[in-house]
Amino acid sequence: MSAPADPHPADAPIPEAPVLTAHRAGLVGCRSCGRAWPETETTCRRCGGALVPPDRRCLNAVWAWLLAGLIFYIPANLFPMLKTSTFGGLRGNSESTILGGVVELMHYGNHGIAAIIFIASVMVPVGKFIAVAWLAVVAGRPATVGAAHKRLALYEVVEFIGRWSMIDVFVVAILSALVQLGFVASIHPGPAAVSFALSVAFTMLSAQSFDPRLIWRGLPLRSRKDQE
Amino acid sequence: MQTEGAYDLSTGAGLIACPRCDALHVERELEPGETARCLRCNTVLASPRAGAFTRIIALSFASLVLMVGAVFFPFLEISRMGFGNQTSLFGVALAFSHGALMPLTVAVLGSIVGLPVLRALLLVYTLLPLSRNRPPFAHAVPAFRLSETLRPWSMAEIFVIGTAIALVKVGGLANISFGPAFWAFCGLILVNAASNAFTSAATIWDAIEDAGVATDGREIAPEPRA
Repeated sequence: MSAPADPHPADAPIPEAPVLTAHRAGLVGCRSCGRAWPETETTCRRCGGALVPPDRRCLNAVWAWLLAGLIFYIPANLFPMLKTSTFGGLRGNSESTILGGVVELMHYGNHGIAAIIFIASVMVPVGKFIAVAWLAVVAGRPATVGAAHKRLALYEVVEFIGRWSMIDVFVVAILSALVQLGFVASIHPGPAAVSFALSVAFTMLSAQSFDPRLIWRGLPLRSRKDQE
Repeated sequence: MQTEGAYDLSTGAGLIACPRCDALHVERELEPGETARCLRCNTVLASPRAGAFTRIIALSFASLVLMVGAVFFPFLEISRMGFGNQTSLFGVALAFSHGALMPLTVAVLGSIVGLPVLRALLLVYTLLPLSRNRPPFAHAVPAFRLSETLRPWSMAEIFVIGTAIALVKVGGLANISFGPAFWAFCGLILVNAASNAFTSAATIWDAIEDAGVATDGREIAPEPRA
């Protein structure tokens, strides 16, 4: 945690010192606890995690989960998320899809909530599909150090924000549990809730399968300070 | 036994590879309060905090108590024109219990109740002996690994924000009042956030390996008694 391991001694972070990666040193780092092991090991003896060298093999899983997420995102938008009936259906039964719900909220002047739902249910999932696909396409291609930092930042944003898309599913659950006022109003969940939840879960798995160490493969060996 | 700062490039002993960018670092003892960051990508590698293990245990127990309250007390109440309805957390999860939506009930219950409880129990199980400088219990390694794997799937905080949105959505339609469970759940979020702030996975792995001695230089402590 102090300095590149080789060829300089510990506690001497020389700004121009090249960064030695575990891969180049013939070692493999454990992704869950950080411990370095010889490349021949397959299981980390400290935390029991699988030791995987940073190569493009992980991209198969990324693409597979991403495709699954994309497939389930289609019915999530076509089918209704919420079925509302007011005054025993006299005021009409409405079935709203994700986009329909956003439009409805805009109509009632709830611009803030409409924006949150739109961002969480449309912009974030679509942005995630694009971001993960882009990261997977450019993974392992030589980049500049600056570009690698940007890609890692993008990956961290995708990883952090992915689970927040689940918010729409929770909103549907709360609304349909709460708004059961018999004749006056009742809300029921629609089939889109399941496919949306699955789509979010699959994209989360897709982002988790991506190995961020691939971003740094093929870089010239330089330290963080070099690019400034 | 190994001295601080010594490393072996052929076995990887004394070395840490950044999980984000694979840069190799020499392991070094950290003082509580220090934070080790990757030289290349700035990822936090370890951040031991004074008394962290004891605090995480205390916070885990607090979250278990709050979860009991959150599950069994009424969550939200709604009323309009004499029609009223009250729901608990189970009620929310059971909203999906009709037909094809059934699996979603399990997923919702799991992500807002099951996983936070399981994670709290796993953390207590892992850290209880470590906090008293004792060797870890059997299977502490898979227990802590499971807890780390489940971390992104435990969605209590997302659920609370979802509640806020749902309330604004129906706010114009009916009167809403919060039950005790809602406040218990809000408390749970704060407790979980505090617990996460104290958790440094690398430090806990070190402590497990060193049989309870909370150090960052792995083999500096006496050999594990295993």
